[in-house]
This record gives sequence, C-alpha cells and structure tokens, in this order.
Amino acid sequence: MLEALREQVRAATAAGAPLSIRAGGSKDFFGNAGEGERLDPRGCAGIVAHEPTELVITARCGTRLAELEAVLDAAGQMLPFEPPHFGAEATVGGCIAAGLAGPRRASAGGVRDYVLGVKLLTGRGDLLSFGGTVMKNVAGYDVARLAAGSLGVLGVITEVSLKVLPKPVTETTLRLELDEAAALARMNAWAGKPLPISATAWRDGALHARLSGARAAVADAISRIGGDEVDARAFWRGLREQSDEFFAGDLPLWRLALPTTAPPVALPGPHLIEWGGGQRWLRSGAPAEEIRARAAALGGHATRFRGGERRDVFAPLPPPIAAIHRRLKAEFDPAGIFNRGRMFGG
Amino acid sequence: MNAPVEAPNPYGRLPLEGEGPVDPQRQREVVARLRTLLPEHCVLFREEDTRPYECDGLTLYRQLPLAVVLPESEAQVVAIVKLCREMGVPIVPRGAGTGLSGGALPHAAGVLLSTAKLNRIVRLDAAARMAVVEPGARNLAITDAAAPFGLYYAPDPSSQIACTIAGNVAENSGGVHCLKYGLTFHNILAVRGVTGEGDLVEFGSAAPDVPGLDLLALVIGSEGMLCVVTEVTVKLVPKPQLARCIMASFGDVSTAGEAVAAIIAAGIIPAGLEMMDQPATRMVEPFVKAGYDLDAAAILLVESDGTPAEVDEEIARMTEVLNRAGAKKIAVSNSETERLRFWKGRKNAFPAAGRVSPAYYCMDGTIPRKRLGEMLRAIQQMEGKYGLRCPNVFHAGDGNLHPLILFNDNDVEEVKRAEDFGVEILELSVALGGTITGEHGVGVEKISQMCSQFSDAERAMFHAVKRAFDPAGILNPAKAIPTLHRCAEYGRMKVSGGRLPFADLERF
Repeated sequence: MLEALREQVRAATAAGAPLSIRAGGSKDFFGNAGEGERLDPRGCAGIVAHEPTELVITARCGTRLAELEAVLDAAGQMLPFEPPHFGAEATVGGCIAAGLAGPRRASAGGVRDYVLGVKLLTGRGDLLSFGGTVMKNVAGYDVARLAAGSLGVLGVITEVSLKVLPKPVTETTLRLELDEAAALARMNAWAGKPLPISATAWRDGALHARLSGARAAVADAISRIGGDEVDARAFWRGLREQSDEFFAGDLPLWRLALPTTAPPVALPGPHLIEWGGGQRWLRSGAPAEEIRARAAALGGHATRFRGGERRDVFAPLPPPIAAIHRRLKAEFDPAGIFNRGRMFGG
Repeated sequence: MNAPVEAPNPYGRLPLEGEGPVDPQRQREVVARLRTLLPEHCVLFREEDTRPYECDGLTLYRQLPLAVVLPESEAQVVAIVKLCREMGVPIVPRGAGTGLSGGALPHAAGVLLSTAKLNRIVRLDAAARMAVVEPGARNLAITDAAAPFGLYYAPDPSSQIACTIAGNVAENSGGVHCLKYGLTFHNILAVRGVTGEGDLVEFGSAAPDVPGLDLLALVIGSEGMLCVVTEVTVKLVPKPQLARCIMASFGDVSTAGEAVAAIIAAGIIPAGLEMMDQPATRMVEPFVKAGYDLDAAAILLVESDGTPAEVDEEIARMTEVLNRAGAKKIAVSNSETERLRFWKGRKNAFPAAGRVSPAYYCMDGTIPRKRLGEMLRAIQQMEGKYGLRCPNVFHAGDGNLHPLILFNDNDVEEVKRAEDFGVEILELSVALGGTITGEHGVGVEKISQMCSQFSDAERAMFHAVKRAFDPAGILNPAKAIPTLHRCAEYGRMKVSGGRLPFADLERF
C-alpha cells in the first residue's frame, strides 16, 4: 500500500501535478480550497502498537480516529487533546494534519504536545521517520511536531506515535451565571490556582467549568468554585464536534485565538468562549479585514473556520515567517504538489 | 565554510569542523568590525579573556573562539548576526555553559555569542500566567520571580540554579518533573530570535497558536542552529498546594523497573518518578545525607502533588502499587524539608560524581521503559569491558537514562575508554528503539551517532530545515547534524571496529 502511495507521489512530482490528500473527508471544509487529483491514504491503516504502560500508541494514517480512541478507552486511556472528529470517517492522519484540539486544550495541550514521532512521505517519494516512541528526544529538529497542523503541505503523514494519558478517575461540570467580562476574569483567576479544571466554556451568560481528576481534588474544587453541578457530557461533545446549535446555520464561523486575558472581542454576532479565554468563536458576516484587525489588536489571529469564501482563510504571515515557510515547502515538496493552496495561496 | 581540520587528536575521534588554531589576521579583521557595533568591553579576543569560554559542561572538548561577544541589547544581537552573515563568520551562541553535549563549543573561525548580559526578566504577567524574559535569564530566577504569585516555571533541569532559559530552549531541557509537567517545549509560548538572515522573528505567541506551520516546534531543541534567541515567553503554572515524595527500595533494578510500569498501569502519572541504582546512592549519600537506603539495589523516588486530600489519596494508591510490585521498604516524606532532602541526592548526582572521580561523562539516552533492565545489565557488562565504573541515575518515568561514566581525564587512554563506553551506550539506546539524547542535545558529543539513528535522507532533510532558517549556514555550524561525509567515515570506523566502534581494539 505504501508503495502505491509512493508511486503516486513520485509520478505527481515528475509531472508537477498537484495532489489533494483526502482520507475520510471529515475536514474538507477546513482551510483554503485545495486542488489536484485525490490521494487517498486510507489503505495505510491499523494500529501498529499500543503499550499502555509506555503511554504510547502508534497508528497508521488511515486508521479511523474512532477506532484508535476505542482501543485507548478499553485500556483506560485517552488522547488528552480531545480532537474533534467532525464525522465518523475521521482518520488519525487527518487529525494530526489538521492539528485541531477540543475542550481540554487549555489544560492538557494540543495535538503538537502529544506527537512523539511521525513517518512522512515527502514530495521526493522518500519515507522519512522523525522522532520516535519515547517521551524525550532531542536528536535532530522536531519535524514530528512540525507535522501537527501542517495541513498536509509538507507531505503525507503515513504513521504517527502519540503520547496518551490515563482517563481521569472522575469528572463533573459546574455551571455559573456570569457576564462575559466576569467569566473571562474568573477563568483566568482559576487558571492561576491549582484546580483540576479540564475545560471551560462561556456563552449567553453561562460559564461551564469541567473538573477532572482524583476524587478528592474534584470534591475540593467543587466547594471552592461554587455554581451548580450539571450533567454536561452532551454539552462538551457538542463543542468538541461543533454539533452544538451555536455552530448551526450559514453565517461564517470565525475562530479567534487570543491571549486568555484579552478583553471581550466586542464585535457584533453570537460568540462563544473556550479554552479559558484562548479560543473565541464568532458568527459574523463582517469583512475579514475588520475581524482580523480586531484579533491582531488583541494579540492573536483570526481564522475563517467554516463558511464564506474558501480563500485567505488564515491570517497572513509576517514576511520573514512567510519566507521560512516557502523554503521549508520547497525542501519537503520540491514540485509543490501537496495540498497546493490549502494553507496559503501560491 | 572552513574545510575540516584534519589535525590528529589523541582520542581517535573524527575531526570536527571548527577545530584548530585561531587565524590572527582574520581575528584582527573581525574584531575591528565587531568593535564598530559594540563597546570595547563587550568584545573579547585576547587568549586570557577567551580561554574561559573554550568549553561548556562537556569538558572533553576544548577550542578557543576567534572572539567572544557579550551583547547588551537585542539590537546589538541583530547587528552582530548581520555582520557575521556579511563576513561569513560562524556564530556559536552560549548561555551559562552548563550544556553537556558541547553545543556551545567554540569554532576556531567563529564568534562565541554569550547571553550573559541579557539576563533580565522583562515582564511577569501573573494574571496571564506568563513571563517575558531575556535569553540569559536563569531558569530558577524565573521561578523565584513567580513565587510571590503562587506560580512557577515547571521544567527543572538539575542545573536550574545556573542554566539559562535560552539554553533550555536550545536543548529542550527536561528535569525531574516532566512526566507530568512536560518538557521545555510544553512550557514555552513564544521565542523571539534572529535568523541566519539577520531577521528578527517571533515564533509562537501568547495566543494558543499562530497561523501557518508550527515553527516554534522546530526552534525548540534546535541547539542554536536555527536562530539566536533574544527573548522567550514562558508559561507559568500554579504551584501545587502540597507535594510529598515516596522513597521505595528494591532488591534488584529489574523489579524497580517493573514497579515503574505498574504505577503507570494503575493510571497514575506521578509528579516525579526517578530511579537511582546502588552505585549512585552510595556515591551521593556521603555528600548530601539524603537518607537513602544504601542496601537497596535501586531506589525509586515517586512524587505526588496537589491538594492535601488528593496527595493523601494518591500516596496511598502509589504505596499499594509499590508494595505489590515488590518494594522492600517504603518511606514517605512528612515535611517539605524531608521531601527536598530526598530530591537533594538526585539533583546532586552530577556534582557528587565530580567529587568521587577526577571526571565523569554523563550520557543521556532515552529508551522505551520496558527495555530498562536490558540496558542496565548491558551497562554492567560494559563496566567490566572498559574497566570503568558507571553509576546510573535516571528519569524512570520517561525512560531517560543518565549513566555517569567515571574516569580520569588526565589519562589519555582512560579518556578514550570512557568515550568508547559512552558510544556503546548510545548505540545500544538506538538499537533498543530509543534515542541518543533525551534532553542534553547532540552538540558535538553525539554527532557521529546521529548517523546510526537517522538515514541519509532524514539527515539531508535536517540540513534542509537549517537552510530554511539560516541559508548561509552561519549559526552554530557543524553541530548536531553530521554531514554525509562524516557518516561515511563513521561507517568505515564501525565496520573496521566490528559491530560497535573500537569494540575489538586492544586496551593495553
């Protein structure tokens, strides 16, 4: 199977013909519009190794994310970054390439923080291995972590090793009524205290805080945080998978990544805050320039996550950073065949 | 760049680029230009002034630089890089010089850039839990500054009292708490640095992510080869209310290794999980009086932190697991003083090695935890083979070993044996499915073993990554990533020496 992929890549590089890497297609909506013949890596599938006591799982790119999570679940473990699936067909490779994390991001880290190793099929048709299966590794540049969120522009991620963690012993959610500014202040104050908060979300005057951990720690936190204990498993799933009603409808969905202490975004349109204030969702048809300028003024950036035009979805890069991107792309993918335009134009 | 110096060395090492005498004519030219950028006291070039910079924590390698510069501002760093770019002069960045892989070894034709004068904490934002610091800020100084707010900087390498944040960024340093709190990588929000092109660039952000590729991931652990760091934004985390530490004794190292796996299997991620073998406890105990069980073949230090109730709950669970896994004796710290005493022995293992032996050589391989017993048995055999002692301390939680090879550095033959011993451990780390370096970096020390760990195409891609940040190749050249030529030479040495380098050479 790998040989077939390699042949397809070599032929495309020789012809200078673009390839669009697409497995389950669950994240087709994300990023700029791609172009080119489809490269379907799902033939490369299966869990290669999972050793619970090593806290590592290795899987081929076409493995369904749901399958991998089921294997971990059976061993009492989880992917700490709670990746969204956005569809039953979501694959491990797509999860790493998209680099998206769910509600636990602020407390546990993102995809990048759990990638230990990748195998990458480059534009030259070389299958390269970076990182490995051990927790600490500084031999060579950390290309494995670079692959997280690379949207396939460097090559086909054919295999990945991820650090995993035990599932928390217990979990509950508290609901507090607070306005936006007060909720932001509260989330930041909590984050400065040793509390077992694993997720936060604010919308329409209600702040939800999920607590995960040892029984004693969670019980202690409940008494210190206050509010009402609620069963919110469906609520968190709704945020993770964007099946919550907030995400319905056609109005463009903007994602603003901001410092957690940034004040309310104060742009018109429904909004929802996650990640202790670090991720702010906005439904708005306002011009991109206006939203981007506001995000930049607040110390972050804005992405048109869903809806609207499929070009210039991401905030533009400063010139020296863009130059490094161009040089890296030219080295990994000399003919520029992989996911052309998906991350940035040209 | 300069051609490799083919000068023979007494240790049978492959020559390094940048070894050799300083060219006085070139030195005059470069120093004259540097003095147009920096005040006189910030440019050192007389041998008595540059001698202190001839090595870092890896004292087996020494080399004088062309000059040493001590910039006092970011603007000066930019100007230095631009000048060196124009003149084709290599730049070797250096923090506190505590590195153990020779990453800050000077280049005979290059400038050593010390961050000693750039050591301020620029801004500490307790509400946002972050600190913006200059590259030369000490690791522990950040934690000290954050302490009044109930916060700290989590990574705590043993050298934290001296080592600098930019040095930590260069090596992606760990420490004894990184199983739970992560490596430098997980605790850095942004790095500002000057690329080989002389561009001042911000990698990462105080926001959770940036658009485009995660270049910060490349910069961390890049050993000063992609940019000269001028500012670092670190994450600060809340200090747990309480921490307690278990000291568990075991009758043999394999049982101790299995106990580590049993703790993980029980779904516990301890705040710290360290192992020391008997030679190591016996080495440190006379100096630190940590109260270690000297009869045990190995001890484990297992730490729990959190709220008092949480710690009680976890300590009870850990104790049960350790007992079931065959611990002979268990002691739990009952005060902060006692906890710190338990750790003091572990944190002082390297200095203690320096006290019992004229010199020591610290290895840094990381292997899958389940191979620990195999590795330790092999090291024991190597002790006989090379005729040198090797106590072991390691970050058992993440499989990162620090064998300390004890030797006499005034004896050329013994130095060579120590180096060969080290090489064999490194090669075995790769063979067991691990890596040659967990947190100390490749530097010059392990550059040949990069040939064993990576293929030609992989190493070519590393060189390509460097070119993307430093097209002219002036930033810490010839470190960490070996050339194809070097790997070919190393391959020939391995073949002529048997399965491992020098395996069959007679040793008097």
